Amino acid sequence: MLALLLVVVLIIADLRFRKLETTRSVLDTVATPIYWIADLPTRLGDWSDTHIQSRTDLLEENERLRRENLVVQGRSHQMSSLQAENVRLRGLLNSSAILRDDVLVAELIGVSPDPVRHQLVLNKGEVDGVFVGQPLIDAAGLMGQVVEVSAGNSRVLLITDATHSIPVQVNRNGVRAIAEGTGSLGTLEIRHVSATTDIREGDLLVTSGLGGRFPVGYPVAVVSEVERDPGQAFARILAVPSAALDRSRHVLLVFTDDPEQDG
Amino acid sequence: MENEGARGYGVILLTFTLAYVLAVLPLPQWLMWARPEWVALALVYWTIALPHRVGIFTALLLGVGLDVLEGAVIGQNAFALVVVALLSLILYQRLRVYSLPQQSGVVFVLVGINQLVCQWVQNLEGAGAASLLFLMPALSSALLWPVALHVLRGLRRHYRVN
Repeated sequence: MLALLLVVVLIIADLRFRKLETTRSVLDTVATPIYWIADLPTRLGDWSDTHIQSRTDLLEENERLRRENLVVQGRSHQMSSLQAENVRLRGLLNSSAILRDDVLVAELIGVSPDPVRHQLVLNKGEVDGVFVGQPLIDAAGLMGQVVEVSAGNSRVLLITDATHSIPVQVNRNGVRAIAEGTGSLGTLEIRHVSATTDIREGDLLVTSGLGGRFPVGYPVAVVSEVERDPGQAFARILAVPSAALDRSRHVLLVFTDDPEQDG
Repeated sequence: MENEGARGYGVILLTFTLAYVLAVLPLPQWLMWARPEWVALALVYWTIALPHRVGIFTALLLGVGLDVLEGAVIGQNAFALVVVALLSLILYQRLRVYSLPQQSGVVFVLVGINQLVCQWVQNLEGAGAASLLFLMPALSSALLWPVALHVLRGLRRHYRVN
């Protein structure tokens, strides 16, 4: 009986009053070895992938990467000139220049075992300067934000978690909206968009930066389904996240230069 | 005598740690929903085998640990496991004489209750499952009960934990 009472008190303390954050971050540090052990088979697979590979495979990969590098380098030259132009134009418009963001490469050491809860555990924590609310991206787009930090690792809530929402805008025309997680890894739902709003299938949604938490301009999702029912006040819009939420192993934590991060 | 008791705790601790590792082991997406509740299985076994040593308090600690590991609301798994331990303590005399299929049936119900409690707390948080798939672990745990029983009983007899 006493135990049941204690448990109920714990649940209320955590859920209602958020009183257990420090306890949790301390316990999280203790839990790290367990994640580390559970991650071993995957790491072993990675290791054998890199060490036991045929010469032809490596040559092929090398060739492919060389080609890719050439293309990317060409683009980055173009990019720097475009950026300079952008700064000039922004100067003309009297608005502040967008500064480049710094990133920290982190590695995934665990995923939430509960299919309803879309969380990741990363191998970077407080000592690396990770903070609560920090955005996480991979090569293709925005993944989520940090919700818990302990000394050596951190926990990230993905944008598809049912408790997560993110302010976005349509890249094509700047229409603003809120993208909510649905609890399924491949879908976001754009809520409360009136039936006449100009959003089409295939539109790219990028972060709008309005929440003050995510920096502007990172790709979030691509609209996959638009359903306009005249009987409904709002259109039903679904989107597929751009980031490889269930595949990326190496991810990037973004540091923005904006000091007011904890919005 | 004291030495033996300490060794016994080591074995119990080891099995629970193993259950933790299995509980967070990365699984492919389609298997995620059917992940057996390893920690609950180990808890049920030890409560039946050693009701004077493993019980509600162990369940409480074990549950808080699992909550931290899963990033769940602290108390969610603790609540569920305390209920499971409570029921196992009430049922242990009957469970000991049951045949394997009968035991599996009881484990199905126990893990099912575990899942229902978890689901209930998750709904408080606003992140409940949309379908009845969350009951799948009850089935997979019941199917794996004979395996868990043999491994744990083998360990207990080999190290003479009692």
